[in-house]
Amino acid sequence: MLTAPVILIASFAYLGLLFAIAYYGDKRADAGRSIIANPYIFALSLAVYCTSWTFYGSVGRAATSGIGFLPIYLGPTLMAALWWYVMLKIIRISKQNRITSIADFIASRYGKSQMLGGLVTIIAVVGIIPYIALQLKAISNTFSIILHVPEIAMVGKESPPLFLGDNTFYIAMLLAAFTILFGTRHLDATERHEGLVAAVAFESLVKLLAFCAVGLFVTFWLYDGFGDIFSRAAQVPELGALLTFGGAAGSYTTWASLTFLSMAAIMFLPRQWQVTVVENVDERHLTKAIWLFPLYLLAINVFVLPIALGGLMHFPSGTVDADTFVLTLPIAENAPWLALFAFIGGLSAATGMVIVETIALSTMVCNDLVMPVLLRMKGLRLTVRRDLSGLLLGIRRGAIVLILVLGYLYFYLAGEAYALVSIGLISFSAVAQFAPAIIGGIFWRGGTRIGAMGGLAAGFLVWVYTLLLPSFAKSGWLPIGFLSQGLFGIDLLKPQELFGLSGLDDIAHCLFWSMLANIGCYVAVSLAKRPSAAEHGQATVFVDALRQSGATAGPRLWRGSASVNDLLSLLGRFLGPERAQEAFESYARNRGARSLESLAADASLVHHAESLLAGAIGSASARVMVASVVAEEPLGLDEVMNIIDEASQVLAYSRQLEQKSRELEAASQELRDANQRLQELDRLKDDFISTVTHELRTPLTSIRAFSEILRDNPRLDDAQRAQFLGTVIKESERLTRLINQVLDLSKIESGNAEWHSSEIDMREVVDDAVAAVSQMFKENGVQLEVNVPRALPSIVADRDRLMQVMLNLLSNAAKFCKRPGGKVSIALARQDGFLRVDVTDNGIGISDSDQEMIFEKFRQVGDTLTNRPQGTGLGLPICRQIINHFGGRLWVQSRPGEGATFSFTLPFNPAQAQSLAA
Amino acid sequence: MIRPSIKGQRLVALFLLGFLLLNYPLLHLFAGPVRVLGIPILYAYVFAVWALLIGLMALAVEKGDD
Repeated sequence: MLTAPVILIASFAYLGLLFAIAYYGDKRADAGRSIIANPYIFALSLAVYCTSWTFYGSVGRAATSGIGFLPIYLGPTLMAALWWYVMLKIIRISKQNRITSIADFIASRYGKSQMLGGLVTIIAVVGIIPYIALQLKAISNTFSIILHVPEIAMVGKESPPLFLGDNTFYIAMLLAAFTILFGTRHLDATERHEGLVAAVAFESLVKLLAFCAVGLFVTFWLYDGFGDIFSRAAQVPELGALLTFGGAAGSYTTWASLTFLSMAAIMFLPRQWQVTVVENVDERHLTKAIWLFPLYLLAINVFVLPIALGGLMHFPSGTVDADTFVLTLPIAENAPWLALFAFIGGLSAATGMVIVETIALSTMVCNDLVMPVLLRMKGLRLTVRRDLSGLLLGIRRGAIVLILVLGYLYFYLAGEAYALVSIGLISFSAVAQFAPAIIGGIFWRGGTRIGAMGGLAAGFLVWVYTLLLPSFAKSGWLPIGFLSQGLFGIDLLKPQELFGLSGLDDIAHCLFWSMLANIGCYVAVSLAKRPSAAEHGQATVFVDALRQSGATAGPRLWRGSASVNDLLSLLGRFLGPERAQEAFESYARNRGARSLESLAADASLVHHAESLLAGAIGSASARVMVASVVAEEPLGLDEVMNIIDEASQVLAYSRQLEQKSRELEAASQELRDANQRLQELDRLKDDFISTVTHELRTPLTSIRAFSEILRDNPRLDDAQRAQFLGTVIKESERLTRLINQVLDLSKIESGNAEWHSSEIDMREVVDDAVAAVSQMFKENGVQLEVNVPRALPSIVADRDRLMQVMLNLLSNAAKFCKRPGGKVSIALARQDGFLRVDVTDNGIGISDSDQEMIFEKFRQVGDTLTNRPQGTGLGLPICRQIINHFGGRLWVQSRPGEGATFSFTLPFNPAQAQSLAA
Repeated sequence: MIRPSIKGQRLVALFLLGFLLLNYPLLHLFAGPVRVLGIPILYAYVFAVWALLIGLMALAVEKGDD
């Protein structure tokens, strides 16, 4: 049967199992194969939120207020939805800055202030002590109940002697020993305890199973399911009220304030911070926990009301404490093994909370309270001691014992006056004081150190006055008149009706006044004074945490000189020389340095050392210690602003530079193309010049030859003389024409030609051209035929230039047409918005291969040896340039022996073309 | 890297929804002594909303599109 030895053995065996799990977890972590690196273990470890309060206290609360126990679990569910923005950011910040506790977080955010860290630690320790007392009370009550199986013994109200005569004291010390074993076996810079997390997750599973086992037992064994329990309860007049939102569940204000409190608690209870932020392996686990964790809460709460109702209906009113129904119902129904399972479940809930909470608190006490003080005491000469890691562990162990002793004392002094949940709510209200400084700190740049200090201090004092002191008064340790008449008998100072505010329950009342004082001071004081450089720097690091990568956080705002060895030995003193050496070597490897000696002691290394140290002794102390070995030059606010300005300017410049270089590349490409074109043109020009000089030399040579003949032979007869002079004149004319044309072409090509555009009728141009060449055609016996439509739209062009084109084409036609029987025709026609002019001859024709060549400069078709054509070879190129200039086209169609047709097009005057189309 | 995204916005919307459904005045609509299938309507309502919220949060977190 269930005897004391069995219970004790079972309890110790269970604790032994937990320790084995923790040990295994640590081993696996050291081997690099973590057993906690998955979201399910993470979510289960978050369930350390569910303590004796949940396991025993919820039923007690439900027995008096129906579903009034639920806001404590609905709050975290709602909060989980906001984790995506809030918790992820906190985790990111903490990882970037190696923050290991709430005190460290707040201190670090507000300029690495040691004062602030200390204040937060005090608030956390004082605030959590009632909560630890709650666990002690639950363990000690349930322990004495299960020892008396099969009777149901209620713990007497008379107090046993303090300390050594009291079982609860031994329980507290046992828990302290257990916590020390779990949490402070060695010092780790990250403060992570993988084994512990594994054990806590296991405990969460056990308490859930135990509670659900009792729930199923009550609901389906003692009764016929949910419907049955509720129907029966509804028939009992006193129980009917528990099923509605009447007076029993308290007002909606209570409901809302409990929801708010639990929202703050799920984030800012030191143990929640420990498992959520510090022990977090991977951010993605948190995102999955957003729904897994609320699911756990839902599961562990389904049976609370059935157990409470079952207990109330089973036991005569007032004989059994509703906080113990989870245990006493199985005992009363003769299910001792289920009772033992329930007891183990309750033990899980309590030990999980106590262990994680005290570890988190001891880290804070050590890093943010004791170390800063010790480091300031110059007499201790701590800053020059070789190895301080032992001292750090000692302080933490001492803190764990101290916290449990304080918890025990609170239990002893005030524990009996309250139900479990009411004690827990006192702690929740204390922890809620962190909310403004943390939430404000990560979203609002303007929060300052003294603002946070003022807010925290004010909120904490109001909490002490309106909630903590009354809890002592109710237990008789302060005069009860303090409650009923107010401080010094002043009515307005009644702690639970401050300034006459009545109608709220004590929690909502405290929450209102403390939040008013806290947020009010935080905002008002923050706005009253400009932040310092350090505060400004940290505010940016925190608020912009999601924008910057880990590497860039922090080190920039630093200026000074340091040596690698100094930093290494400093680190060695706190972490142990081997760990420090290891940490620096891995840092050197990451930076690509070959050895420690080749490392530069730059801002980045100093920052790295500081954050390593921050893990062990807190950011504020780390700041002080690093400063002691590094010659730093303080940065003023102006300088920080300058650095930030410079950085943003550099950023802007580099963007501009990028743009410029892109533009430059495009420009250089254009230049390359232009250069290529130039080279091509240059080559063309050389060709042109050599051709021109050649063409010039031919007439010059003949002029010179004939002139010399005339000079050397004065006795030439007149007829011959006249013939020679005629040749000289003809060649000179040819030379002039050639030079004129060269000039003309070069003008057109260079764009320097003058154009006198006007609206002209092409028919008139044709008429004039025909008139001009008619004499020549007649002389050569060439027949000219003109084919012009009656009406044609006008075109815009230079009349003289078009005349030049027409004359050139006609004289070419006359030159090359058949002799005799030459025939030339001109035709004007409309073609797709263009005017088309054809000049056709019946001459020898041009072969396909020559058709494009004739438009090149100085190219003339024909055998130059036998049949030297007249002309300069520039006429057609000039014509083509002119027609192109007016937006038209000039080409030739021909077959050898069948004559040739030179055609060109010109666009109609656009204005007129439109009006014609319309 | 996890960035604030449509997921985050959906979760905030769920927070607001949950806060509305689980507080006065909507909560008051279910505060009476009515029972559904033998279960008090208040109890049934709160747990149903709770379960619904968790389901929607799971959907918001796990749904692939970011």
